[in-house]
Amino acid sequence: MNGEQPTRRDFLYIATGAVGAVGAAAAAWPLIHQMNPDASVQALASTEVDLTPVKEGQIITVKWRGKPVFISHRTKKEIEEAVKTPLRDLPDPQTDESRVKKGKEQWLVVIGVCTHLGCVPLGHQGDYHGWFCPCHGSHYDTSGRIRKGPAPLNLEVPPYEFASDTMVRIG
Amino acid sequence: MSGPSNFQPKSPILQWTERRLPVLGLMHSSFVAYPTPRNLNYWWTFGGILSFCLAVQIITGIVLAMHYTPTVAGAFKSVEHIMRDVNYGWLLRYVHANGASMFFIAVYIHIFRGLYYGSYKEPREILWILGVIIFLLMMATAFMGYVLPWGQMSFWGATVITNLFSAIPGVGQKIVELLWGGYSVDQPTLQRFFSLHYLLPFMIAGVVVLHVWALHEVGQNNPAGIDVKSDKDTVPFTPYATAKDNFAMVCFMIFFAWFVFYIPNYLGHADNYIPANPLQTPTHIVPEWYFLPFYAILRAIPSKLGGVLAMFGSIALLAFLPWLDRSKIRSARYRPLFRQFFWIFVITCVGLGWLGAKPAEGGYVIASRILTAWYFLHFLVVLPLLSYYERPKPLPASIAESVLGNQPMAPANVKGSS
Repeated sequence: MNGEQPTRRDFLYIATGAVGAVGAAAAAWPLIHQMNPDASVQALASTEVDLTPVKEGQIITVKWRGKPVFISHRTKKEIEEAVKTPLRDLPDPQTDESRVKKGKEQWLVVIGVCTHLGCVPLGHQGDYHGWFCPCHGSHYDTSGRIRKGPAPLNLEVPPYEFASDTMVRIG
Repeated sequence: MSGPSNFQPKSPILQWTERRLPVLGLMHSSFVAYPTPRNLNYWWTFGGILSFCLAVQIITGIVLAMHYTPTVAGAFKSVEHIMRDVNYGWLLRYVHANGASMFFIAVYIHIFRGLYYGSYKEPREILWILGVIIFLLMMATAFMGYVLPWGQMSFWGATVITNLFSAIPGVGQKIVELLWGGYSVDQPTLQRFFSLHYLLPFMIAGVVVLHVWALHEVGQNNPAGIDVKSDKDTVPFTPYATAKDNFAMVCFMIFFAWFVFYIPNYLGHADNYIPANPLQTPTHIVPEWYFLPFYAILRAIPSKLGGVLAMFGSIALLAFLPWLDRSKIRSARYRPLFRQFFWIFVITCVGLGWLGAKPAEGGYVIASRILTAWYFLHFLVVLPLLSYYERPKPLPASIAESVLGNQPMAPANVKGSS
C-alpha cells in the first residue's frame, strides 16, 4: 500500500462520506425544526386590552403568547421614583422614558417573567416598590428595572401600541 | 461478557438453540460462573438494586401511560383519574412516583460507594464515565416525569429548569423556545416531555448494558481495592453474589414499600396537587429532593450564567475524577487522609441538599457559597494534592488475606496494586 499517492478509490471514499454527511444533516433538520414554535403558536401573537377599568395604582396581568404581561397604571409618585433613579444605580441601565410611550407615562407594560429563571414576580413588593420575584429574590423598581438579586436584565417591554387612549394592542 | 463459556445445556432442544444463539452461555458466564471478589460487602448490592429500580420504573411507567393524557387540559385530570378510577391506579402511580426517589437513593449510595472505594480508577475509567452518563440520563428522565402531572410544581419546575438554557450567551433564548415549542411552557412542551420521558429509560437500559459489559471486562472492584490475583480471591457469582444481592434487594423492597403504603406523599410537594397556573408562581418553589444539592449550587453563584455553569460543572467534574485523583491506592481503607476528606465531602453534599430547600436569603446563601466552594475544592485541589502528599497504609497481599487474615503476611506493598 502506498499511502502517499491518493487514488481514485480514496476520492470515492471521501466523496461518498461527504454526500452521506450532507444527507444526514439535511434529514436531521426537519427533525430538529419541528420542535420550534409552530404556525398555530405564532398565530396567537397579538392581544388587545381595554384599559378603562384599570385604576391608578393598580397592576393587571394579561396573557400574551402564554406569558403574563403586567400593565401597571402608575401613580405620580411611582413615575417620579422611576424617573429620578440615576442610571449608575442600575445593573441594566435604561431610562424610564425609553420603557414607556411618550405622553402615556402612567402606563408601564412589561412581560411578567423574571429575567433570571422565568418565575412570575409579585407586584407592589420588594425593596423598590415595583416587583419582587419569590423564586430567587430579584427586586425590580416601578419601571420594571432590575435593582437587586440574581436577574441580569430588566423586565422586558413587549412590542405594543395604543390603538386608542384606552385600548392597548400587545404584539 | 467474561470470555468463552463452557456452558452446555442438558436438553437437546436447548443445545440446538445454544449452537445458533449462545444466549444461555452468555447468561451463565455473566451471572452464574462469573467470579466475584470474595470480600464484597453490602454496598456492592446496589448495582442489582438499581437494575430492579429501572425495571420497576419501566413496567409501572408503561401501564401508567395507558391511562395518562399528555394535554394541558387533560394531564392533571388524568392523573387524578388514575388515582381514583383506574384499578390499582393509586398503587401504580405511588410506586412510580416513589420509585423515582428510591432509584436516586440507590444511585447516590452506589456513587458514594464508588467514591469511597476508588472504583473509578484505572482500569475502570470507562465504566465510571458510563455511570455518570446514566446518572445524567436519570436526572433528565426524572425531571421530565415530574412535569407530566401538570401541577404547579411541574409547571414552574419546568419553567425554571428550561430557563437555565437562556443563560447561554446569544442563542440562549432561541434554544429555550426550541425546547418549549412556543414562547412559554405550554402544550407542545408537555407533549414532547411525555415522548422523551418514555424514550429515555430505554436509553438508560442501553447504557446499563454497556456499563455491565465494561464491568465484566475489567472485573469488579472490592473493599480492599486490590486486584484479584488467584482463584482463592473469588467466589462464583451464583450462589454467593446472587444470594447476597437478593437479600439486600428484599430489604430495599421493604423500605420502598414503607414509602409507597405509609407515606406516599412524603417526598413530594403539596403544591403539585394544585393544577398548573401559568400566571402565578408558588411562593416557594423547590425541585425534588434529589436535585437539591445542585439547585443549591445554582443559587449560590450570584450571576445567572455563572450559576448555570457551576451547576452543570459540578456533575461534569465527576467524569474527570479518574484523572483528578492520581493516587494508585483505590480503597479509602488504606488512605487515612482521603477517608476523612471523603466524609467531609459527604457532609458537604448533604449540607448543600439541605440548603437547596431553604429560601435563597441571608445566612443560607453564605452557607451555600462556602459549601459550593468546598465541593469544587475537593475535586480540583484536595484530591490532586492528596495523591502526592498522602502516605497510604500498607495494603494486604491479597483479597483472601484481607478477609481471612490467617495467612502469613506478605511484605506490604505501599506502591499499590499491580
